[in-house]
Formats: sequence, structure tokens, C-alpha cells
Amino acid sequence: MAVAPRAGALDLARASHRSRVLRERAAALVTHVVLLVGGVAMLTPFAWMVSTSLKRPGDVFAFPPEWIPSPIQWGNYAETWRSAPFDHYLINTVVVSVSVTILDLTTSALAAYSFSRLRFAGRDRLFLLYLGTLMIPGQVTIIPNFVLMKYLGWTDTYLALIIPPAFSAFGTFLLRQFFMSIPYELEEAAKIDGASYPRIWATIILPLSGPALSTLAVFSFMSQWNNFLWPLIVTSSNNMRTFTVGLRFFVDEYSTKYHLLMAGSVMSILPILVVFVFFQRYFVRSIRLTGMGGT
Amino acid sequence: MSAHFTTRRGFWTLGRREAVWAYLFLLPNIVGFLVFTALAVCVAFGLAMTEWDLLVPPRFNGLANYQKLLTNDPVFRQVMGNTAFFVLGVVPLDVVCSLGLALLLNRPIRGMALYRAVYFVPVVTSLIAVSIVWQWLYHSDVGLINYFLTDVGLPKVNWLGSTEWAMPAIIFMSTWKAMGYYAVIFLAGLQGVPEHLHEAAQIDGASAWQRFWKITLPLLSPTMFFVLVISIIRSFQVFDQALIMTRGGPANATMTIVYFVYNNAFVWFRMGYAAAACWLLFIVIFAVTAIQARLQKRWVHY
Repeated sequence: MAVAPRAGALDLARASHRSRVLRERAAALVTHVVLLVGGVAMLTPFAWMVSTSLKRPGDVFAFPPEWIPSPIQWGNYAETWRSAPFDHYLINTVVVSVSVTILDLTTSALAAYSFSRLRFAGRDRLFLLYLGTLMIPGQVTIIPNFVLMKYLGWTDTYLALIIPPAFSAFGTFLLRQFFMSIPYELEEAAKIDGASYPRIWATIILPLSGPALSTLAVFSFMSQWNNFLWPLIVTSSNNMRTFTVGLRFFVDEYSTKYHLLMAGSVMSILPILVVFVFFQRYFVRSIRLTGMGGT
Repeated sequence: MSAHFTTRRGFWTLGRREAVWAYLFLLPNIVGFLVFTALAVCVAFGLAMTEWDLLVPPRFNGLANYQKLLTNDPVFRQVMGNTAFFVLGVVPLDVVCSLGLALLLNRPIRGMALYRAVYFVPVVTSLIAVSIVWQWLYHSDVGLINYFLTDVGLPKVNWLGSTEWAMPAIIFMSTWKAMGYYAVIFLAGLQGVPEHLHEAAQIDGASAWQRFWKITLPLLSPTMFFVLVISIIRSFQVFDQALIMTRGGPANATMTIVYFVYNNAFVWFRMGYAAAACWLLFIVIFAVTAIQARLQKRWVHY
């Protein structure tokens, strides 16, 4: 007699548990469906880009549109490559992105050590000045810097493409925040052993800052790869252009040859996508840490 | 030698030695910073008070550039309006879409990393490349978007060729590009919302909707504030999309402030005038950010 009600309660609990599991499963399913549909929508432009890039010129304007090109025109890529100096665009973009990243990382890491660990007159005021300029939109400094490049005779050279973007207050700020979190004890021990500041920087601070340095590197590389306005105004010859600038003029020249425009776009996107796939977590972290960068 | 360097007497005191090293460490970065940022800002300020075409020496004209921009340049007024329209359109869309996405991604589901990567792909690709694709997607006759519209029985829209649709088209595309970016920021904020608050509210019978408004949103308000500030600052600087997709047209309908600056400085070489327009852009951004910082006390819970 006493057993029956307990069994009932157990059944009830089981049923409610089952219904909760069911509800959770349903919610997960809905989430998957929404994310999947949204994800397809996110990628559709890229799929269409690739599809168009492989079509014959006559098939590009077919309506209703065809997703699978037939026959597949791999030759479009060769034609695009020949239609503009894409080899130069690629080399220039790689040279500029890599150089700026290395310079930015080095100078920022040096300055950040100074701001976070060393004492000197005017340190905090100077750092405040660094911070203050982060708020000024880049367009304000672009005109005077363009004029400066003209006076130095640097326009249309790698110097103009690499040197001005290589000193970011932003990188210094990001690394300083990270260096502040490294415990002092490690440094003190090295100091007692007679290590110099450069030695401490190179053997203690840098090895402990791998995640922050990688984050800044990925951020800096991506910003440079996708940078547009600065390379647009400081280059004038076609062979000095980077991918983004080259594409902009390619659009002017081949405005209706969409198969070539899409092939050019695919070529410009592929390298950064590969970098993204391998270093995804650093991209995400750079945004979490700073809320800046990328466009 | 080393004894000399570490002694507290004489010129090389420990403190001095530290300071000298500090300046040496700072040197490479600060030279670049002083020249390309600090000096550039000062030059830009002076330049804005001149008339200069890069050929004949600059001529001082006081506040004439600002005066003309604000009172006597209908194009600049239109450009300000267009930019404001873009900001007002894109910022709420960015916030709603990226918050919605972050809420979905925050659920304990399998494959979350893959989804996040997918939504992040537009963020890492260049605006120039995606603008080229979107121009093609928006093609008025054979574009994919108009095909989808006709497929569900709607009329075709002349997206980039009409004054009323060109800017909305750019807004829509810009949200597609940026939502993965802001979603990552929201996601970081959401992971700071303690699970036990939700569980407690659920036991008290609060619906998911109520929990979102009463728990998630207030706890997320610092992140929301941050996203709003960043999104507004960046939206005011919109340029690449308009340059590629519409060339600022039709009839200047998508001409933005930065586009105006670009044209004046680097197409027509009116350097002083362009510099003045830059400062007005800075003032607008600064004012909006300052107002937000003031208003945040009323709605941001730390």
C-alpha cells in the first residue's frame, strides 16, 4: 500500500525528466537549424563568388542563375592572373604584411616593456598620450602622412607602404596590458643574477608572452592584408599596388567581366583564409582582448 | 666597469641606468609614433586652416574651410546626412544580429567552433573583395538577390542604381560583414553571465524571454555599451563599400564623409579643405562617444 504513491512520484519525476530532456533536444535542434540556415546565408556570397569565377563569360549572366558551372573554366584564373600584375599584388601584399607585422611586434614589445616595467620621468603622461591618440580616426593623420611621404620621396615605394603603419600605439597598449600581468619575482631573480634589461626582455618577458604576441601578430597581419586607403593613396604605379588596391582598379577596367572579377577576389581572399583556418583562436582572442581591429 | 655601473654614487645611479634603458626601449616605437601620429595630428590641425593644392605654397585662411563646410557646401551637408543614415541603419542591425547570433552560439551544442568560424569568415576577408561580390549579388537584372526575390514572387529591386535602395543595400551588406565580429565580443560577455542566476530564475518560473530581459541583458550591458561605442565609431568611417559598389552614387546618395575627404584630398587635391572635413568627422565621433559615456550611467550595470 505504501509503495504505490512512491512509485507514482517516481513516475512523475521520470516523466518530467523525460520531458525536460525532450525540450532540451528540441531547443538544440532549433538552434542547429537556425545556425545552419544563417551559416549557409553567410557563405552564399563566397560560394557564388567561386561559382562565377569558374564560368564561361556567356554563362555568367544566365537567368535563372546556375550554381554549378559547366564546363568548369579553370582557365579563368590564368586569364585573370595575366590581365593585371597579380604576381606583383601578391608579392607586395606579402612583403608589406609580413614586414609591418614584424616591425610592429618588435617596436611595440620593446616600448611595452618600458611602459610596464621600467621607471622613468614622464612615463604615465607619455602613456596617456599614446592612449589618447587611439581615439583619433585614422583619416585625420592620413593627409599629413601622405604629404610627408611626398616630401621624403617615398611615395610609390615599399618605404611608404611599410614604415608609417609599423608603429602602432595600439600594439604597445595591448602588450603593455599583458606584460603587467607577468609576476615581478621572475624578473627580480634574474636581476640578482646580474641580467641586463635587454636580456630580461629577451629571455623572460618575451617567452612568457607567446599568446599576446601571437594575437598581435595575427591582428597586425590581417589588418595589413586587408588595408586599403593608405596603400591606395601612396601607390601610383600598377606594379607597386597591393591586392586590395589592385582589385579596385581591376574592377574599373573589367567592370562587367564578372568571371574575372570573382577569380581575382578569390585569389585575394584565399591566403588570409588559410591563415585564419590555422590561427583561428588568435583572431578570436584579438577581438576579445581589444574589441578593435579587422573590418 | 660593472662596479662603476652599479654604484649609487656618480652619474650612473641605478635609477638613471633604468631610465636610460627605458628610453632606449621606447626609442624605435616613439620615433614612429611622434612622427606619424603626434606630429601628423598637429600638421593636420594647421593644414585645416589653409588652402593648398600641393603645387603652390599653402595659404593661411583661418577658419574659412570650416565655415564653408558647415554653411556653404550642400554636398558636405548631404554627405553628413548619408553618413548619419548609414550609422543609424547599421548600428542597430549590427547589435541585434550579432547579439542574436551570440545567444545561439552560447548554447551548449555540438559544432559550436565550426559555426563560429563560418560566421567569422566575412570578418577576415577584405572589404574590397566582399564589396566586389556584393555588387554582383545586387546586380539589378541577373543578380542572385533579385533572383531570390522573383523566386518568391516579389518584384526586382534596382539595389545599387536607385537613390532609395543604394544605402540600405550597403547597410545590409555591412551587417553581414561585421556581425560575426561583434558576436565574438558578445559571446565573451555572455560567458561572464553566471549560470546559477538563470537556474534560480527558472525554478521561480521565469520564462526564457523574461530571463533574457531581466538577467542576461542587464548583465550584458557593459558589453553592449562597448559594442555600441566601437560600432558607431567604425560606422562613421564607412568608405570602402561605397567606393567599390556605388562610387558614392547614384546622385551622391552613398557619398560618405570619408569618401568626401578622399575625393577632396586625393582626387581634387584640396588638402586644407579635406583636413578640415577630417576634423569635423573627429568632432562628431568624439561628441557621440562622449554623449554615450554620459548616458551609460543610466543603463549600464557594472
